[in-house]
Amino acid sequence: MEGVIDLELWQMISAYIFVIILLFIVKARGISREKEIIISSVRMTLQLILTGYILVYLFNYSNPLYTIVVIGLMEAFAIYTVFKRTKSKLSIPLKKIIAIAMLFGTLSSLFYFLLVVIKITPWYDNRYFIPIAGMLIGNSMTGISLGVTKLVDDIYQQRHLVESALMLGATPKAAVKDIVDKAFDSAILPTINSMVGMGIVFLPGMMTGQILSGTSPVTAIKYQIAIMLGILGSVSLTVILFLQLGYKTFFNEESQLVLPE
Amino acid sequence: MFLFINVKFKDILDIDKLHIHRHKVTSIVGPSGSGKTTLLRLLNKLNPFDSGDIFYNDQSLKDIPSIALRRNIVMLPQAPPIFEGSIKDNLLIGLKFSEQPLASDQQLMNMLKLVQLNKDMNEGTHNLSGGEKQRLALARVLLMAPEVLLLDEPSSALDEDTELVIINALVNYTKQNNKTLIMVTHSKKIANQFSDEIIEIKNGSVINHEEG
Ligand SMILES: Nc1ncnc2c1ncn2[C@@H]1O[C@H](COP(=O)(O)OP(=O)(O)OP(=O)(O)O)[C@@H](O)[C@H]1O
Ligand SMILES: [Mg+2]
Repeated sequence: MEGVIDLELWQMISAYIFVIILLFIVKARGISREKEIIISSVRMTLQLILTGYILVYLFNYSNPLYTIVVIGLMEAFAIYTVFKRTKSKLSIPLKKIIAIAMLFGTLSSLFYFLLVVIKITPWYDNRYFIPIAGMLIGNSMTGISLGVTKLVDDIYQQRHLVESALMLGATPKAAVKDIVDKAFDSAILPTINSMVGMGIVFLPGMMTGQILSGTSPVTAIKYQIAIMLGILGSVSLTVILFLQLGYKTFFNEESQLVLPE
Repeated sequence: MFLFINVKFKDILDIDKLHIHRHKVTSIVGPSGSGKTTLLRLLNKLNPFDSGDIFYNDQSLKDIPSIALRRNIVMLPQAPPIFEGSIKDNLLIGLKFSEQPLASDQQLMNMLKLVQLNKDMNEGTHNLSGGEKQRLALARVLLMAPEVLLLDEPSSALDEDTELVIINALVNYTKQNNKTLIMVTHSKKIANQFSDEIIEIKNGSVINHEEG
């Protein structure tokens, strides 16, 4: 690609020198975080190098089977991360619902996006498929994590309020409506916030990347807009699915509140 | 109206046979931890029981859908929570939850008067005292006018004089409207003075049942 400065080895090294200088400053200020900074820099480097090689391979050999394997791994990793990240205790039925919501929410958004909006052919063209899948799945993962935490914590904390609503003849759905609404808000808020600041406070990573690699800013912006809408849709769909199915796991068929110990 | 046959719930409650009658005021008394709240919760179908059966109008509770049941048999818990919003919101929320038509402001005012709550109903609830909150919660369930009222220590936060006035109003309301009132009380005096029947519970079993 014309006009793109490929980074030479010494240029990369100078980027690390920057971090080493930072380390000295951190050390001098007595902030004991050198270990974390070193580990996360090394880890990031290794992860990206590995990913880079895998991507080069995948882009050169697009094949539906690879695509399916890659997306399967991404989903599995994302779902596992949600389980790990949520500090609250998750019941097995709730975990199943998290998995279902993630799979259905992200995949339906992804295919709508690739096949209807961008119209890629073949559908498994990895150059589009993988980065876009990554963004939708990553953002939905963050959203659903927040939603799960809020839902579970609030139901435990407000169990007396929920039961009191049941005593007044409420359906389980009505009894937890406020909690579910708040969980949705907290799940969707980061996405909304990033949309609001976009282009003014910061240039989104994807767009920056595209512009740096020579794409016209206009094209980059069009992609960015489309992607943001896709992310918003995918996060909302995933979280709504999760909440609509998830609250039910806290009630039995007799509409009794059952909280696993 | 309610009939218990060999009802067991964990090792908390064990009732061979118990009859609670329609259109009566029944008090449940007994020491702390004896199972009074648990008994009310079973009648409201809030806990599954392990064995035996409870009948309501000759129909097993197991055969009555919980939500429909709770709209006829409403329970006021021992420490009723206050919901978000104003006094009015809190009065109306029972009607909303049970999908009944909402009450007019006049009806709400009458109900506040009945529980001796002399407040503007558009005010918030943050400044209400413990006893005022308890009376607000009582007004909320009375407004729903259910067939059966299950009240768990409805006057525990009130001074003796207010307690007498409130329980008296409550009993009158029950009689006038042909309702059935089942209440847990820690006060033998209240139980003796106002109830038709007294059920005494100890260690999860009925040890005495005075029928009127
Ligand atoms: N779901 C439950 N699981 C296990 N134990 C319970 C459960 N609910 C109540 N208990 C226990 O059962 C016993 C009876 O409780 P309950 O609340 O019915 O007593 P109570 O007669 O209402 O007492 P108080 O007058 O203090 O309100 C208590 O020892 C309580 O700790
Ligand atoms: Mg009790």
